[in-house]
Amino acid sequence: MVGNFPIAANLISFFTEIGALSHFAGRFFKELFSRPFEFREFLRQCYQMGNKSLVLVGITGFILGLVFTLQSRPTLLEFGAVSWMPSMISISIVREIGPVIIALICAGRIGSSIGAELGSMKVTEQIDAMEVSGTNPFKFLVVTRILAATLMLPILILIGDLVAVIGSALVENVKGDVSFLLYFNQVFEALEYSDLLPATIKSFFFGFAIGLVGCFKGYNSSKGTAGVGKAANSAVVFTSLLLFVLDFIAVFVSDVIYG
Amino acid sequence: MDDSVKYKATLGKSPVISIKGLNKSFGENVVLNDFNMEIFEDENLVLMGKSGSGKSVLIKCVIGLMEPDSGTIEVLGRDIITLKQQEMDELRAEIGFLFQGSALYDSMTVRENLEFPLRRHRNKMNGNKTKDLVMEALENVGLAHTLDLMPAELSGGMQRRIALARALILKPKIIFYDEPTTGLDPITAKEIILLMLDVQKKYNTSSLIITHDVDCARVIANRIILLYEKTNYAEGTFTELSTSSDPKVKAFFK
Repeated sequence: MVGNFPIAANLISFFTEIGALSHFAGRFFKELFSRPFEFREFLRQCYQMGNKSLVLVGITGFILGLVFTLQSRPTLLEFGAVSWMPSMISISIVREIGPVIIALICAGRIGSSIGAELGSMKVTEQIDAMEVSGTNPFKFLVVTRILAATLMLPILILIGDLVAVIGSALVENVKGDVSFLLYFNQVFEALEYSDLLPATIKSFFFGFAIGLVGCFKGYNSSKGTAGVGKAANSAVVFTSLLLFVLDFIAVFVSDVIYG
Repeated sequence: MDDSVKYKATLGKSPVISIKGLNKSFGENVVLNDFNMEIFEDENLVLMGKSGSGKSVLIKCVIGLMEPDSGTIEVLGRDIITLKQQEMDELRAEIGFLFQGSALYDSMTVRENLEFPLRRHRNKMNGNKTKDLVMEALENVGLAHTLDLMPAELSGGMQRRIALARALILKPKIIFYDEPTTGLDPITAKEIILLMLDVQKKYNTSSLIITHDVDCARVIANRIILLYEKTNYAEGTFTELSTSSDPKVKAFFK
Protein backbone atom coordinates (compact mmCIF):
# COMPACT_ATOMS: atom_id res chain seq x y z
CA MET A 1 0.00 0.00 0.00
CA VAL A 2 2.69 2.45 1.11
CA GLY A 3 4.71 1.39 -1.95
CA ASN A 4 2.19 3.24 -4.12
CA PHE A 5 3.08 6.51 -2.36
CA PRO A 6 6.83 7.04 -2.68
CA ILE A 7 6.78 10.16 -0.46
CA ALA A 8 5.04 8.24 2.34
CA ALA A 9 7.47 5.34 1.93
CA ASN A 10 10.44 7.74 2.09
CA LEU A 11 9.05 9.46 5.16
CA ILE A 12 8.49 6.14 6.93
CA SER A 13 12.00 5.02 6.03
CA PHE A 14 13.43 8.38 7.23
CA PHE A 15 11.67 8.20 10.60
CA THR A 16 12.57 4.51 11.00
CA GLU A 17 16.20 5.53 10.46
CA ILE A 18 15.89 8.33 13.01
CA GLY A 19 14.37 5.86 15.49
CA ALA A 20 17.18 3.37 14.93
CA LEU A 21 19.78 6.15 15.27
CA SER A 22 18.22 7.28 18.57
CA HIS A 23 18.28 3.70 19.85
CA PHE A 24 21.94 3.46 18.80
CA ALA A 25 22.70 6.70 20.67
CA GLY A 26 20.87 5.35 23.73
CA ARG A 27 23.02 2.22 23.64
CA PHE A 28 26.13 4.43 23.41
CA PHE A 29 25.23 6.24 26.66
CA LYS A 30 24.39 2.95 28.36
CA GLU A 31 27.70 1.33 27.38
CA LEU A 32 29.74 4.50 27.99
CA PHE A 33 29.55 4.14 31.77
CA SER A 34 29.90 0.36 32.02
CA ARG A 35 33.19 -1.50 32.45
CA PRO A 36 35.63 -2.33 30.92
CA PHE A 37 36.82 1.03 29.57
CA GLU A 38 38.78 0.74 26.35
CA PHE A 39 41.29 3.55 27.07
CA ARG A 40 43.96 2.28 24.71
CA GLU A 41 41.62 2.16 21.72
CA PHE A 42 40.12 5.52 22.74
CA LEU A 43 43.57 7.14 22.73
CA ARG A 44 44.38 5.51 19.38
CA GLN A 45 41.17 6.94 17.93
CA CYS A 46 41.94 10.41 19.35
CA TYR A 47 45.31 10.24 17.59
CA GLN A 48 43.76 8.97 14.34
CA MET A 49 41.05 11.63 14.31
CA GLY A 50 42.91 14.52 15.88
CA ASN A 51 46.45 14.33 14.64
CA LYS A 52 45.64 13.00 11.21
CA SER A 53 42.98 15.67 10.53
CA LEU A 54 45.22 18.51 11.66
CA VAL A 55 46.80 19.34 8.28
CA LEU A 56 43.43 19.27 6.51
CA VAL A 57 41.83 21.48 9.17
CA GLY A 58 44.82 23.84 9.13
CA ILE A 59 44.77 24.29 5.35
CA THR A 60 40.99 24.72 5.34
CA GLY A 61 41.12 27.30 8.14
CA PHE A 62 43.96 29.23 6.54
CA ILE A 63 42.24 29.44 3.14
CA LEU A 64 38.95 30.31 4.85
CA GLY A 65 40.59 33.26 6.62
CA LEU A 66 42.37 34.42 3.47
CA VAL A 67 39.33 34.22 1.21
CA PHE A 68 36.90 35.67 3.71
CA THR A 69 39.15 38.71 4.27
CA LEU A 70 39.89 39.21 0.57
CA GLN A 71 36.17 39.05 -0.27
CA SER A 72 35.07 41.37 2.57
CA ARG A 73 37.81 43.98 2.11
CA PRO A 74 36.43 45.86 -0.94
CA THR A 75 32.96 46.26 0.64
CA LEU A 76 34.37 47.45 3.96
CA LEU A 77 36.71 49.85 2.11
CA GLU A 78 33.74 51.29 0.22
CA PHE A 79 32.07 52.20 3.54
CA GLY A 80 35.32 53.28 5.18
CA ALA A 81 34.90 50.50 7.73
CA VAL A 82 38.04 48.49 7.05
CA SER A 83 39.14 48.99 10.66
CA TRP A 84 36.27 46.71 11.67
CA MET A 85 37.87 43.88 9.73
CA PRO A 86 39.54 42.06 12.69
CA SER A 87 36.41 42.09 14.84
CA MET A 88 34.07 41.16 11.99
CA ILE A 89 36.27 38.32 10.75
CA SER A 90 37.06 36.89 14.19
CA ILE A 91 33.48 36.97 15.45
CA SER A 92 32.01 35.42 12.31
CA ILE A 93 34.72 32.75 12.16
CA VAL A 94 34.58 31.83 15.84
CA ARG A 95 30.80 31.94 16.17
CA GLU A 96 29.65 30.39 12.93
CA ILE A 97 31.79 29.86 9.85
CA GLY A 98 34.73 28.13 11.52
CA PRO A 99 32.73 25.48 13.43
CA VAL A 100 30.40 24.73 10.51
CA ILE A 101 33.04 24.56 7.75
CA ILE A 102 35.52 22.57 9.83
CA ALA A 103 32.78 20.23 11.06
CA LEU A 104 31.73 19.64 7.44
CA ILE A 105 35.35 18.92 6.47
CA CYS A 106 35.61 16.51 9.43
CA ALA A 107 32.33 14.86 8.47
CA GLY A 108 34.01 14.02 5.16
CA ARG A 109 37.33 13.00 6.68
CA ILE A 110 36.29 11.32 9.95
CA GLY A 111 32.65 10.31 9.34
CA SER A 112 33.33 8.57 6.03
CA SER A 113 36.43 6.88 7.43
CA ILE A 114 34.50 5.49 10.43
CA GLY A 115 31.60 4.40 8.18
CA ALA A 116 33.91 2.62 5.73
CA GLU A 117 36.09 1.04 8.43
CA LEU A 118 33.22 -0.38 10.50
CA GLY A 119 31.32 -1.36 7.33
CA SER A 120 34.27 -3.33 6.03
CA MET A 121 34.85 -4.90 9.46
CA LYS A 122 31.23 -6.03 9.47
CA VAL A 123 31.39 -7.46 5.96
CA THR A 124 34.63 -9.34 6.63
CA GLU A 125 33.30 -10.74 9.95
CA GLN A 126 35.93 -8.87 12.01
CA ILE A 127 33.17 -7.63 14.33
CA ASP A 128 32.01 -11.23 14.87
CA ALA A 129 35.63 -12.27 15.48
CA MET A 130 35.91 -9.55 18.10
CA GLU A 131 32.79 -10.79 19.88
CA VAL A 132 34.07 -14.37 19.79
CA SER A 133 37.31 -13.10 21.38
CA GLY A 134 35.26 -11.99 24.40
CA THR A 135 35.22 -8.31 23.47
CA ASN A 136 32.10 -6.22 23.30
CA PRO A 137 32.53 -4.78 19.79
CA PHE A 138 30.10 -1.94 20.50
CA LYS A 139 32.27 -0.74 23.38
CA PHE A 140 35.55 -1.32 21.59
CA LEU A 141 34.61 0.13 18.21
CA VAL A 142 31.61 2.42 18.66
CA VAL A 143 31.96 3.96 22.13
CA THR A 144 35.65 4.78 21.62
CA ARG A 145 35.08 6.37 18.21
CA ILE A 146 32.07 8.48 19.21
CA LEU A 147 33.86 9.67 22.34
CA ALA A 148 37.06 10.48 20.44
CA ALA A 149 35.13 12.43 17.77
CA THR A 150 33.19 14.32 20.47
CA LEU A 151 36.39 15.38 22.21
CA MET A 152 38.56 15.98 19.15
CA LEU A 153 36.16 18.17 17.16
CA PRO A 154 36.22 21.16 19.57
CA ILE A 155 40.03 21.04 19.59
CA LEU A 156 40.20 20.83 15.79
CA ILE A 157 37.69 23.65 15.46
CA LEU A 158 39.64 25.89 17.86
CA ILE A 159 42.84 25.23 15.92
CA GLY A 160 41.02 25.83 12.60
CA ASP A 161 39.59 29.12 13.94
CA LEU A 162 43.02 30.27 15.08
CA VAL A 163 44.62 29.44 11.72
CA ALA A 164 41.75 31.21 9.89
CA VAL A 165 42.35 34.37 11.93
CA ILE A 166 46.09 34.12 11.17
CA GLY A 167 45.20 33.85 7.45
CA SER A 168 43.03 36.93 7.76
CA ALA A 169 45.77 38.83 9.62
CA LEU A 170 48.21 37.93 6.86
CA VAL A 171 45.94 39.51 4.22
CA GLU A 172 45.50 42.65 6.33
CA ASN A 173 49.24 42.79 6.92
CA VAL A 174 50.04 42.59 3.21
CA LYS A 175 47.15 44.64 1.81
CA GLY A 176 46.34 47.03 4.65
CA ASP A 177 49.74 47.35 6.29
CA VAL A 178 48.23 46.35 9.65
CA SER A 179 50.71 44.73 12.04
CA PHE A 180 49.97 41.27 13.41
CA LEU A 181 50.11 42.65 16.94
CA LEU A 182 47.51 45.33 16.22
CA TYR A 183 45.31 42.86 14.36
CA PHE A 184 45.32 40.34 17.21
CA ASN A 185 44.81 43.07 19.80
CA GLN A 186 41.62 44.05 18.01
CA VAL A 187 40.57 40.41 17.66
CA PHE A 188 40.87 39.78 21.40
CA GLU A 189 39.10 43.04 22.18
CA ALA A 190 36.21 42.10 19.94
CA LEU A 191 35.79 38.49 21.07
CA GLU A 192 33.72 37.86 24.15
CA TYR A 193 33.00 34.90 26.35
CA SER A 194 29.52 34.74 24.82
CA ASP A 195 31.10 34.24 21.37
CA LEU A 196 33.39 31.39 22.42
CA LEU A 197 31.23 29.40 24.81
CA PRO A 198 28.23 28.62 22.56
CA ALA A 199 30.58 27.84 19.67
CA THR A 200 32.61 25.43 21.79
CA ILE A 201 29.51 23.71 23.17
CA LYS A 202 28.17 23.45 19.63
CA SER A 203 31.44 21.80 18.50
CA PHE A 204 31.01 18.99 21.04
CA PHE A 205 27.59 18.25 19.53
CA PHE A 206 29.08 18.39 16.02
CA GLY A 207 31.75 15.88 17.03
CA PHE A 208 29.17 13.63 18.66
CA ALA A 209 27.01 13.75 15.50
CA ILE A 210 29.96 12.89 13.25
CA GLY A 211 31.01 9.94 15.41
CA LEU A 212 27.46 8.72 16.00
CA VAL A 213 26.31 8.73 12.39
CA GLY A 214 29.62 7.29 11.07
CA CYS A 215 29.44 4.43 13.57
CA PHE A 216 25.71 3.87 13.03
CA LYS A 217 26.06 3.63 9.25
CA GLY A 218 29.16 1.45 9.39
CA TYR A 219 27.98 -0.86 12.18
CA ASN A 220 24.66 -1.47 10.44
CA SER A 221 25.94 -1.67 6.88
CA SER A 222 24.49 -4.42 4.75
CA LYS A 223 26.63 -7.24 3.46
CA GLY A 224 28.95 -6.81 0.51
CA THR A 225 31.43 -4.23 -0.70
CA ALA A 226 28.62 -2.07 -2.11
CA GLY A 227 27.32 -1.79 1.45
CA VAL A 228 30.69 -0.44 2.63
CA GLY A 229 30.67 2.33 0.00
CA LYS A 230 27.06 3.12 0.82
CA ALA A 231 27.84 3.30 4.55
CA ALA A 232 30.71 5.76 3.96
CA ASN A 233 28.67 7.87 1.56
CA SER A 234 25.48 8.02 3.60
CA ALA A 235 27.50 8.76 6.76
CA VAL A 236 28.78 11.97 5.13
CA VAL A 237 25.43 12.98 3.63
CA PHE A 238 23.42 12.30 6.79
CA THR A 239 26.01 13.95 9.06
CA SER A 240 26.18 17.08 6.87
CA LEU A 241 22.43 17.45 7.08
CA LEU A 242 22.46 16.83 10.82
CA LEU A 243 25.21 19.43 11.33
CA PHE A 244 23.04 22.16 9.80
CA VAL A 245 20.07 21.11 11.93
CA LEU A 246 22.24 21.14 15.06
CA ASP A 247 23.71 24.49 14.06
CA PHE A 248 20.24 25.99 13.70
CA ILE A 249 19.23 24.66 17.13
CA ALA A 250 22.48 25.95 18.69
CA VAL A 251 22.08 29.42 17.17
CA PHE A 252 18.44 29.54 18.25
CA VAL A 253 19.26 28.52 21.82
CA SER A 254 22.21 30.91 22.16
CA ASP A 255 20.06 33.71 20.73
CA VAL A 256 17.47 33.03 23.43
CA ILE A 257 20.14 32.93 26.16
CA TYR A 258 22.40 35.82 25.10
CA GLY A 259 19.78 37.88 23.23
CA MET B 1 43.85 -43.55 8.97
CA ASP B 2 40.98 -45.79 7.93
CA ASP B 3 37.51 -44.28 8.16
CA SER B 4 36.04 -46.79 10.60
CA VAL B 5 39.12 -46.53 12.84
CA LYS B 6 38.72 -42.73 12.92
CA TYR B 7 35.06 -43.14 13.83
CA LYS B 8 35.73 -45.76 16.53
CA ALA B 9 38.34 -43.46 18.10
CA THR B 10 35.55 -41.17 19.27
CA LEU B 11 33.15 -43.85 20.54
CA GLY B 12 32.38 -43.80 24.24
CA LYS B 13 33.58 -40.23 24.68
CA SER B 14 31.34 -37.62 26.24
CA PRO B 15 29.79 -34.87 24.13
CA VAL B 16 31.31 -31.39 24.21
CA ILE B 17 28.48 -29.91 22.18
CA SER B 18 24.91 -31.11 22.25
CA ILE B 19 22.19 -29.50 20.12
CA LYS B 20 18.58 -30.57 20.46
CA GLY B 21 15.52 -29.48 18.47
CA LEU B 22 17.14 -26.30 17.16
CA ASN B 23 14.93 -23.98 15.11
CA LYS B 24 15.97 -20.74 13.46
CA SER B 25 14.08 -18.56 10.99
CA PHE B 26 14.58 -15.13 9.45
CA GLY B 27 11.04 -13.83 9.04
CA GLU B 28 9.22 -16.33 6.84
CA ASN B 29 12.45 -18.03 5.82
CA VAL B 30 12.99 -21.16 7.93
CA VAL B 31 16.72 -21.96 8.00
CA LEU B 32 16.95 -24.71 10.62
CA ASN B 33 14.08 -26.97 11.59
CA ASP B 34 14.43 -29.42 14.48
CA PHE B 35 18.18 -29.77 14.04
CA ASN B 36 19.99 -32.20 16.36
CA MET B 37 23.70 -32.83 16.69
CA GLU B 38 26.38 -33.95 19.14
CA ILE B 39 30.13 -33.49 18.95
CA PHE B 40 32.31 -35.68 21.14
CA GLU B 41 35.70 -35.15 22.77
CA ASP B 42 38.61 -35.28 20.28
CA GLU B 43 36.18 -35.64 17.40
CA ASN B 44 36.40 -33.89 14.03
CA LEU B 45 32.81 -33.51 12.90
CA VAL B 46 32.28 -32.23 9.37
CA LEU B 47 29.06 -30.46 8.50
CA MET B 48 28.26 -30.46 4.79
CA GLY B 49 25.39 -28.87 2.95
CA LYS B 50 24.48 -26.67 0.02
CA SER B 51 25.30 -22.96 0.06
CA GLY B 52 22.62 -21.12 2.00
CA SER B 53 21.51 -24.29 3.79
CA GLY B 54 22.14 -22.74 7.21
CA LYS B 55 25.56 -24.14 8.14
CA SER B 56 27.03 -20.76 9.09
CA VAL B 57 23.80 -19.84 10.91
CA LEU B 58 24.14 -23.03 12.94
CA ILE B 59 27.74 -22.31 13.91
CA LYS B 60 26.82 -18.71 14.84
CA CYS B 61 23.99 -19.99 17.05
CA VAL B 62 26.41 -22.35 18.80
CA ILE B 63 28.93 -19.57 19.50
CA GLY B 64 26.18 -17.18 20.62
CA LEU B 65 26.46 -14.71 17.74
CA MET B 66 22.84 -15.47 16.82
CA GLU B 67 19.94 -16.40 19.02
CA PRO B 68 17.96 -19.50 18.01
CA ASP B 69 14.15 -19.35 17.98
CA SER B 70 13.89 -22.51 20.06
CA GLY B 71 15.83 -25.62 21.06
CA THR B 72 18.77 -26.20 23.38
CA ILE B 73 22.50 -25.81 22.78
CA GLU B 74 24.88 -27.15 25.40
CA VAL B 75 28.56 -26.36 25.03
CA LEU B 76 30.95 -27.99 27.51
CA GLY B 77 27.94 -28.78 29.68
CA ARG B 78 26.58 -25.22 29.76
CA ASP B 79 23.32 -24.18 28.14
CA ILE B 80 24.43 -21.17 26.12
CA ILE B 81 20.94 -19.72 25.74
CA THR B 82 20.66 -19.08 29.48
CA LEU B 83 24.21 -17.78 29.95
CA LYS B 84 24.84 -14.18 30.98
CA GLN B 85 27.22 -12.09 28.85
CA GLN B 86 30.18 -12.57 31.21
CA GLU B 87 29.61 -16.34 31.42
CA MET B 88 29.34 -16.45 27.63
CA ASP B 89 32.64 -14.58 27.28
CA GLU B 90 34.29 -17.04 29.70
CA LEU B 91 32.93 -19.95 27.68
CA ARG B 92 34.19 -18.38 24.45
CA ALA B 93 37.73 -18.56 25.83
CA GLU B 94 37.35 -22.35 25.49
CA ILE B 95 36.33 -22.06 21.84
CA GLY B 96 38.41 -21.11 18.82
CA PHE B 97 36.79 -19.88 15.61
CA LEU B 98 38.40 -19.82 12.19
CA PHE B 99 36.28 -17.53 10.03
CA GLN B 100 35.73 -18.13 6.34
CA GLY B 101 37.55 -14.96 5.27
CA SER B 102 40.09 -15.22 8.13
CA ALA B 103 38.61 -12.04 9.74
CA LEU B 104 42.01 -10.71 10.83
CA TYR B 105 41.78 -7.17 12.20
CA ASP B 106 43.25 -5.26 9.31
CA SER B 107 44.21 -2.19 11.34
CA MET B 108 46.44 -4.33 13.58
CA THR B 109 49.71 -6.16 12.97
CA VAL B 110 49.92 -9.96 13.15
CA ARG B 111 51.32 -9.62 16.69
CA GLU B 112 48.42 -7.38 17.80
CA ASN B 113 45.92 -9.75 16.18
CA LEU B 114 47.30 -12.62 18.22
CA GLU B 115 47.58 -10.59 21.41
CA PHE B 116 43.96 -9.45 21.14
CA PRO B 117 42.27 -12.59 22.60
CA LEU B 118 45.04 -12.83 25.22
CA ARG B 119 44.46 -9.26 26.38
CA ARG B 120 40.74 -10.00 26.68
CA HIS B 121 40.87 -13.33 28.45
CA ARG B 122 44.26 -13.32 30.17
CA ASN B 123 44.58 -9.66 31.08
CA LYS B 124 46.75 -10.37 34.11
CA MET B 125 49.34 -12.21 32.02
CA ASN B 126 52.76 -10.53 31.96
CA GLY B 127 54.38 -9.22 28.78
CA ASN B 128 56.95 -12.02 28.42
CA LYS B 129 54.35 -14.75 28.77
CA THR B 130 52.19 -13.03 26.16
CA LYS B 131 55.18 -12.75 23.82
CA ASP B 132 56.00 -16.45 24.29
CA LEU B 133 52.43 -17.52 23.57
CA VAL B 134 52.28 -15.37 20.42
CA MET B 135 55.57 -16.86 19.18
CA GLU B 136 54.43 -20.39 20.01
CA ALA B 137 51.17 -19.90 18.10
CA LEU B 138 53.02 -18.46 15.10
CA GLU B 139 55.59 -21.25 15.13
CA ASN B 140 52.75 -23.79 15.18
CA VAL B 141 51.60 -22.44 11.83
CA GLY B 142 55.13 -21.87 10.51
CA LEU B 143 54.86 -18.08 10.22
CA ALA B 144 57.05 -16.72 13.02
CA HIS B 145 58.65 -14.23 10.59
CA THR B 146 55.35 -12.40 9.97
CA LEU B 147 55.11 -11.00 13.52
CA ASP B 148 55.20 -7.31 12.58
CA LEU B 149 53.47 -7.50 9.21
CA MET B 150 49.98 -6.20 8.52
CA PRO B 151 47.32 -8.70 7.32
CA ALA B 152 47.17 -6.91 3.93
CA GLU B 153 50.84 -7.83 3.38
CA LEU B 154 50.06 -11.57 3.65
CA SER B 155 48.75 -14.00 1.03
CA GLY B 156 45.30 -15.61 1.46
CA GLY B 157 46.87 -18.86 2.70
CA MET B 158 49.10 -17.04 5.19
CA GLN B 159 46.13 -15.04 6.47
CA ARG B 160 44.22 -18.28 7.03
CA ARG B 161 47.17 -19.74 8.98
CA ILE B 162 47.50 -16.60 11.11
CA ALA B 163 43.75 -16.76 11.76
CA LEU B 164 44.22 -20.36 12.85
CA ALA B 165 47.07 -19.30 15.15
CA ARG B 166 44.77 -16.65 16.66
CA ALA B 167 41.99 -19.23 17.12
CA LEU B 168 44.46 -21.51 18.91
CA ILE B 169 46.25 -19.04 21.11
CA LEU B 170 43.98 -19.61 24.12
CA LYS B 171 44.39 -23.38 23.69
CA PRO B 172 40.66 -23.95 23.22
CA LYS B 173 38.87 -27.23 23.81
CA ILE B 174 36.68 -26.80 20.72
CA ILE B 175 37.48 -25.21 17.36
CA PHE B 176 34.96 -24.16 14.73
CA TYR B 177 36.19 -23.97 11.16
CA ASP B 178 33.95 -22.10 8.71
CA GLU B 179 34.99 -23.15 5.20
CA PRO B 180 38.69 -23.41 6.09
CA THR B 181 39.88 -24.21 2.55
CA THR B 182 37.54 -22.04 0.49
CA GLY B 183 39.34 -19.69 -1.89
CA LEU B 184 42.71 -21.39 -1.49
CA ASP B 185 44.73 -23.21 -4.15
CA PRO B 186 44.86 -27.04 -3.76
CA ILE B 187 48.37 -27.05 -2.28
CA THR B 188 47.65 -24.37 0.32
CA ALA B 189 44.30 -26.05 1.07
CA LYS B 190 46.15 -29.30 1.75
CA GLU B 191 48.59 -27.47 4.03
CA ILE B 192 45.67 -26.02 6.00
CA ILE B 193 44.04 -29.47 6.33
CA LEU B 194 47.31 -30.98 7.61
CA LEU B 195 47.66 -28.09 10.02
CA MET B 196 44.14 -28.75 11.32
CA LEU B 197 45.05 -32.41 11.91
CA ASP B 198 48.26 -31.38 13.71
CA VAL B 199 46.29 -29.03 15.93
CA GLN B 200 43.81 -31.74 16.79
CA LYS B 201 46.62 -34.13 17.72
CA LYS B 202 48.64 -31.58 19.67
CA TYR B 203 45.84 -29.99 21.70
CA ASN B 204 43.25 -32.83 21.68
CA THR B 205 40.59 -30.43 20.47
CA SER B 206 37.14 -31.27 19.21
CA SER B 207 36.33 -29.61 15.91
CA LEU B 208 33.24 -28.66 13.97
CA ILE B 209 34.20 -28.11 10.36
CA ILE B 210 31.90 -26.58 7.80
CA THR B 211 33.10 -27.35 4.32
CA HIS B 212 32.16 -28.07 0.72
CA ASP B 213 35.60 -29.52 0.12
CA VAL B 214 35.18 -33.29 -0.27
CA ASP B 215 38.94 -33.86 0.02
CA CYS B 216 38.99 -31.93 3.28
CA ALA B 217 36.05 -33.97 4.60
CA ARG B 218 37.68 -37.26 3.54
CA VAL B 219 40.99 -36.50 5.28
CA ILE B 220 39.74 -34.87 8.44
CA ALA B 221 36.28 -36.20 9.34
CA ASN B 222 35.62 -38.77 12.04
CA ARG B 223 31.98 -38.29 11.22
CA ILE B 224 29.97 -36.25 8.71
CA ILE B 225 26.52 -34.70 9.06
CA LEU B 226 24.67 -33.62 5.97
CA LEU B 227 22.51 -30.54 6.48
CA TYR B 228 19.73 -30.75 3.93
CA GLU B 229 16.14 -29.52 3.84
CA LYS B 230 16.78 -27.47 7.02
CA THR B 231 17.73 -30.45 9.21
CA ASN B 232 20.32 -33.19 9.72
CA TYR B 233 19.44 -35.32 6.72
CA ALA B 234 22.17 -37.95 6.89
CA GLU B 235 25.02 -38.91 9.19
CA GLY B 236 27.93 -41.33 8.99
CA THR B 237 31.58 -41.76 8.14
CA PHE B 238 32.96 -40.50 4.84
CA THR B 239 32.83 -43.99 3.31
CA GLU B 240 29.26 -44.60 4.47
CA LEU B 241 27.98 -41.34 3.02
CA SER B 242 30.04 -41.32 -0.18
CA THR B 243 28.79 -44.80 -1.04
CA SER B 244 25.21 -44.07 -0.03
CA SER B 245 22.48 -45.13 -2.43
CA ASP B 246 20.48 -41.96 -1.66
CA PRO B 247 20.95 -39.69 -4.71
CA LYS B 248 20.67 -36.55 -2.55
CA VAL B 249 23.55 -37.73 -0.36
CA LYS B 250 25.58 -39.01 -3.29
CA ALA B 251 25.33 -35.66 -5.04
CA PHE B 252 27.58 -34.08 -2.41
CA PHE B 253 30.43 -36.52 -3.01
CA LYS B 254 30.60 -36.43 -6.81
